[in-house]
Amino acid sequence: MKGLRPGRPATPFKLRTRLVLAFLLVAVVSAGTTATLTFREARNSVLRTAQDTAVSSFREQVQQIGVGLPVEDADALSEVLRDIARKGKPHTWIVFAEYGTLRASSGTSPTSTVITPELRRKTVGYPHGSFERVVKDGVPYLTIGMPTVFKVGVGGVLSTGLVLYAVMRMDQEQTQVDALITAARDGAVPGLAIALLPALLAARSVLRPVRELRRAARSMGSGRFDTRIPVRGSDELADLARTFNESAGEIERSVDELQRAEARARRFAADVSHELRTPLAGMLAVTEVLDEDAGRLDPDTAQAVRLISAETGKLAVLVDDLLEISRFDARAAELNTDEVDAAETIAKTLQNRRWTDQVRTELPAGIRARLDPRRFDIVVANLVGNALRHGGVGVTVRLRTRDREDGTGLLVMEVADRGPGIRPEALPHIFDRFYKAEAARTRSTGSGLGLAITQENVRLHGGTIHAANAPREHAGDPAAATGAVFTVEIPLNAGEEPA
Amino acid sequence: MPRVLLIEDDPAVREGVELGLRRRGHEVRTAATGEAGLAALGEFRPDLLLLDLMLPGVNGVQVCRQVRENSQLPIIMLTARGDDFDVVVGLEAGADDYIVKPARTEVIEARIRAVLRRIDEPGNGRPAVEFHGELAIDRTGLTVTKSGQRLALAPSEMRLLLHLSAAPEQVFSRQQLLEHVWEHSYHGDARLVDACVRRLRNKIESEPGNPRYIQTLRGFGYRFGPL
Repeated sequence: MKGLRPGRPATPFKLRTRLVLAFLLVAVVSAGTTATLTFREARNSVLRTAQDTAVSSFREQVQQIGVGLPVEDADALSEVLRDIARKGKPHTWIVFAEYGTLRASSGTSPTSTVITPELRRKTVGYPHGSFERVVKDGVPYLTIGMPTVFKVGVGGVLSTGLVLYAVMRMDQEQTQVDALITAARDGAVPGLAIALLPALLAARSVLRPVRELRRAARSMGSGRFDTRIPVRGSDELADLARTFNESAGEIERSVDELQRAEARARRFAADVSHELRTPLAGMLAVTEVLDEDAGRLDPDTAQAVRLISAETGKLAVLVDDLLEISRFDARAAELNTDEVDAAETIAKTLQNRRWTDQVRTELPAGIRARLDPRRFDIVVANLVGNALRHGGVGVTVRLRTRDREDGTGLLVMEVADRGPGIRPEALPHIFDRFYKAEAARTRSTGSGLGLAITQENVRLHGGTIHAANAPREHAGDPAAATGAVFTVEIPLNAGEEPA
Repeated sequence: MPRVLLIEDDPAVREGVELGLRRRGHEVRTAATGEAGLAALGEFRPDLLLLDLMLPGVNGVQVCRQVRENSQLPIIMLTARGDDFDVVVGLEAGADDYIVKPARTEVIEARIRAVLRRIDEPGNGRPAVEFHGELAIDRTGLTVTKSGQRLALAPSEMRLLLHLSAAPEQVFSRQQLLEHVWEHSYHGDARLVDACVRRLRNKIESEPGNPRYIQTLRGFGYRFGPL
């Protein structure tokens, strides 16, 4: 298992991105807020200073002017206005005057385009004057309106009807504010860039333990239970690593225990079979003597002797099968392959067991396969023997080839019978050891390991075996029993598969 | 009836096999250890040695090697299935065949007969002595010489050579050779054939690694020649 499994994106990068983004967000928000607040304060103080200076100096100027009322001479008024304009603070301004329908200014045009009706309205009603910031064509202006008044008694004033307006360009202040924005930006952006560094470092310090944990978990999953994670520091991730290590230790101990128990059980089965074999070898060698002489004994003794002889034979088969199974369990079973003609191999199995007349065959010649002839013989013999015992007549062995999805050539052998078939609830267990498909079926049919050994032999060839009930060929014909079908598929070149 | 020497350490197996074979008319001598068996060889002069591989002291493989040093006595090993490594070592040491225990007497006897079976007389006008390259094969006298020097071939080696050379250039699969030379089933252990071919090549080939007489056809089997 190398590389990333399909369908699963590389999660660590996601987490890293999220951590970095969170860091940057915090940095942006804090830098942005700080800059914005600072900027606003600075800007306001810049503007307010300019405004206050302008408004108070204008008020002063306006109070000092001496204009004869009612004003009739626009030129004289203009002269006064120009005088005020010269004294503009903090910058020069243009002064406009409005008196009834009379309009005058210190500039070239008698009326201004930046004074809004709003200012006019406010100015008339407010003797201390009003001001307004106006931006026109991208240029910021400060406009101040100031009515001239008479003092009437203590604190009372009366408007004269002459209203003066000052219009001051605020370029300089704007430049200062722009400088402030630039300063804020120049301070915040490198700050953000610098924030990226701790963000990456923090992400790394979180991600490394996570990555180690993932690697370790995967390693455990693939059966290496001695996997441990180095514990660094004392944070939550270190706690997690410690917990992982403790759990891994527990699992390792349990698995070890289980494996030892299983190995003991298997070794015991193998040892028992092995030990049984030696006495059996002596007994089996003399069963013939018993069989031959049984006829000369009195009936009871003869029956006992024949029973012993027959059961000794069965015991020998059982012990042989048990040993075979224990070799599969210990993975000690070897595949001694040879290239053979598949049809010939099957035909020889049937011929050696004198089944040729009882079995219908469809064995196309010329299929060459690399397999272990002894093991394949066991597979064929077990399946055909099983079919003959349970299915009775009508046993058919079919041979063909097909290509697996990955292009591997497969040898396909089907053993079908016309017996009662396999009960559906028995199907999943049919290859289990000592499983009896029918309660009534006695031990006499075999060791109970035949199909289990068959399956192991097929697997050893890198193949599969499948049991099923054949579909009813003639619906409505009760004589056409379903019958069982065993299908064996093994690679044509089983021996050349990489181990 | 053939005289059989049985070397087997387990008393039950020894007695059982002895009894079974004697009932079928064989003259049987038994020995419980390799040493005793080797000692009995000269005096009993058996036609065949039935040899358990797992013996205390001098084990079966060592007995086999010692016998082969100066004798072409037919040797059949008694072994337990699964002792695969021992089988190969025993075959390399010069055993002609092996029997997996436990075995019925009829199986043991069939193997004995197969190993002892007299190789068919040449017949249909074949010359008694055939020459193939440097080899001279005498089918009647059952001797093989290479450049005039007589070769000591074990029974299985002799039978294999006679079988292959009877039909030069014809390819025999290992299964066919198992059936015809060893009288095993088609599905028998092909390592018997391979081990015998190796031993035979060591005796008749000038370069066993680059054989001239017994050639391998990968995936099909063996053939004699072409020279």
